Amino acid sequence: MSTNDEIYLHAEKIDKIYPGTKALDQVSFDIKRGKVNVLIGENGAGKSTLMRIIAGIEKQSAGKLYLQGREVEFNSTVDARKEGIAIIHQELCLFPNMTVFQNLFMSSERTKGGFLDDAEHRKLAKQVLARLNYPIDPDTMVGDLRVGQQQMIEIARNLLIPNLKILIMDEPTSSLSEQEVEVLFNIMRELTASGISIVYISHRLEELMRIGDFVTIFRDGRLVAEAAVKDIDVPWIVKQMVGEGKSYPKREVAVDWEKTDKILEVKDLTLPKSGGGYLLNKVSFSLHKGEILGIYGLLGAGRTEIFECIMGMRPNHTGEITLNGQKIEVGSVSDQIDKGFAWLPEDRQRDGLIQTMSIDKNIALSNIGKYVNKFGLIDNKKEDQAVKGMIDEVHIKVADKELPILSLSGGNQQKVVFAKGALTGPQIMLLDEPSRGIDIGAKTEIFKLIYQYAKKGVSLLVVSSELEEIIAIADRIIVLSNGQKTAELTGDDITQDNLVKASYMGHHKAD
Amino acid sequence: MNKNDIIMTILKGRTLIVLTLLVIFFSFASESFFTSQSLLLIAKHVALYGILGIGMTYVLVTGGIDLSVGSVVGLSGMVAGLLINKGFTVFGYTIYFSVPVIVLIAIAIGVIVGAINGLIITKFAVAPFIATLGMMYVARGAANLTSNGATFPNLVGKEALGNTGFEIFGRDIGGFPVAVMILIVIAIIAAVILRKTPFGWHILAIGGNERASKLSGVRVDNNKILVYMFSGACAAIVGIIATSQLVASHPMTGNTWEMNAIAAAVLGGTSLMGGVGTIIGTVIGAFIIGVISDGMVMCGVSEFWQMIIKGLVIVLAVIIDQYQRSLQARMALQARNENK
Repeated sequence: MSTNDEIYLHAEKIDKIYPGTKALDQVSFDIKRGKVNVLIGENGAGKSTLMRIIAGIEKQSAGKLYLQGREVEFNSTVDARKEGIAIIHQELCLFPNMTVFQNLFMSSERTKGGFLDDAEHRKLAKQVLARLNYPIDPDTMVGDLRVGQQQMIEIARNLLIPNLKILIMDEPTSSLSEQEVEVLFNIMRELTASGISIVYISHRLEELMRIGDFVTIFRDGRLVAEAAVKDIDVPWIVKQMVGEGKSYPKREVAVDWEKTDKILEVKDLTLPKSGGGYLLNKVSFSLHKGEILGIYGLLGAGRTEIFECIMGMRPNHTGEITLNGQKIEVGSVSDQIDKGFAWLPEDRQRDGLIQTMSIDKNIALSNIGKYVNKFGLIDNKKEDQAVKGMIDEVHIKVADKELPILSLSGGNQQKVVFAKGALTGPQIMLLDEPSRGIDIGAKTEIFKLIYQYAKKGVSLLVVSSELEEIIAIADRIIVLSNGQKTAELTGDDITQDNLVKASYMGHHKAD
Repeated sequence: MNKNDIIMTILKGRTLIVLTLLVIFFSFASESFFTSQSLLLIAKHVALYGILGIGMTYVLVTGGIDLSVGSVVGLSGMVAGLLINKGFTVFGYTIYFSVPVIVLIAIAIGVIVGAINGLIITKFAVAPFIATLGMMYVARGAANLTSNGATFPNLVGKEALGNTGFEIFGRDIGGFPVAVMILIVIAIIAAVILRKTPFGWHILAIGGNERASKLSGVRVDNNKILVYMFSGACAAIVGIIATSQLVASHPMTGNTWEMNAIAAAVLGGTSLMGGVGTIIGTVIGAFIIGVISDGMVMCGVSEFWQMIIKGLVIVLAVIIDQYQRSLQARMALQARNENK
């Protein structure tokens, strides 16, 4: 081991098991001292999970951590911080109701005679902000700052940690401007020069090539490749990220979509962002009967927002939506369901399931109004038949349909959410990351379901951030980037290269 | 059946077990307790908390709370008293309504108060606790305004005015209290609606996960407003019964009864987090409160000790409830691992 590549932290064969899925599988990983250690991988590849374990937020199911050869155990972020390990989260963890300096010194307050020493706080805050080339008044409310500015506050907060040894940055540049990124990179170089190790997670590949020293690539919870940045190029990274050999059964359909009925047409869908800019900027697309249209894009590109607009969750959107040749007014969610839309939301636990209810009640929830007798009471036989039929149709493996919903595995829970939508007899299904957080076997089954419904004449919009997944499923793909539609691909144009390229296009235009 | 299943069965039946044990205990502790006279008296008290608790259960099931019910009891009773004794005066003419009409008006007032609660909670996004706390004061003030704080005594009406018969709701028919009959009818209707209608499913779903319910097409706002209207109606009915039992209406009637209603629901296994609750549980919960209160009175326990014991019982019930929930979650996880 040369002095240049001193290993500061070593993670040995880390496993992390969540109910229904293995997020990390025997991962051994090194953080090199005074270097920018870059992590890449698709969403859900396991990189953030590993970082959460190193920062003490979560505990590994198996495996060990060594700091300079000494075994360490982190039961909380406090333990990790004692060792000088800090993490800047993807989602900001700031207090919008408090000032900049209060945020900077939260839980590391300086005191004088037992009272807060705000003069000292302000002085130190000014110093660190000056270092970041960011002269914000320390008394500004954090809630009044732009997201990019807030990100800088989050970074500043971590610079204040005494004996900082490892700084983990999970997509710190996602909401920074070009100029702010430059400042951040300068700081990173300063930090590494003083011996601090940085772990840097980002989806912006060209950035990684500029700032990174070592790159580690994750795929499906496994570490698949490591290299020094000087030895590699962007195509190599993409190839490693995507992997070879792993593929899903591709749907082969010989349909001339131009000749089939156009079910849905969306024109100039626009959704303003609070505080300026657009979440969606004049997005147009159409959907044919029995077609599977993929929507690809990075986090925050506006994918979910399209669904929210169509389902009536975003009343401030503009644009025209035509259903079966007729212009429609978007009403409440239940109105949209009545019109023939069904939505499978991205976050199953938050938006899809009623955790207090049984499996059958969850399945019947959207459609229960249809199973009543003439007294307005639920006709148990009718409901029972419908639910049983649906359980068979989507192959939910369950001993008793009256068990609590949480007794099912992630994949089966997802099928319940699918079944709930399918039971309403939709013409159009909106699926947001339908295979998120479920194991590979269940994924394939969900895909089969999607094909099965497309074959029946249901039209499907499928959002996915997994490349090979969306390529396998979709007949046609539109790509969103920063709220804009940057590509529409069909047939042989659907390649990973084209998708990745288009998914970055909107950022360059906007910045 | 393994150990967990047995514990679960006991836990699920615990309210009934506790009630039985309480009845046995007080029967030994006080000679006068287990007599038909005492039991009917307890049942009359229980009917009031029970009906309030049923309305409260609906609200709690959606994840809300209704602190205004005690005041609505007072308001509906005062309106009934006013209409019987003073009639309704417009343009110098005074109209006297018959008792059924008066009952309907009083209930309508409860429904309107509930609708206002529901509208404020859903359309202005005010926390249920605050919205109904405000309404608690407003309704109590309104109750006092009807008489400037005085009591309407002797609500028997006059044959000539055609408004006699109000005291029937406080009487017994065939030796059975009318109040208890009303409780039974409301309990059956409420239980059927909660378990057997789409509306019932929807309000249980709202309390379980409001966002997911909305995304599943449940009309969350409408359902919530209906729930507060129902709670208001229950409170108004209690106001009528309480007034009828006293044959007089006092503006402070029902003061702090909302707490007994919440306690009845919680003792019966309704979760303050929403999504979980049964009507039969609440009725049993109301009986537990009634038996403890009246039982202790018959044993000569001081009022102050009664408060302490009631408070402890409620907290203990929730602790057991939490234990049941964690056990349930563990068993679900276990089932899930076995399925794999």
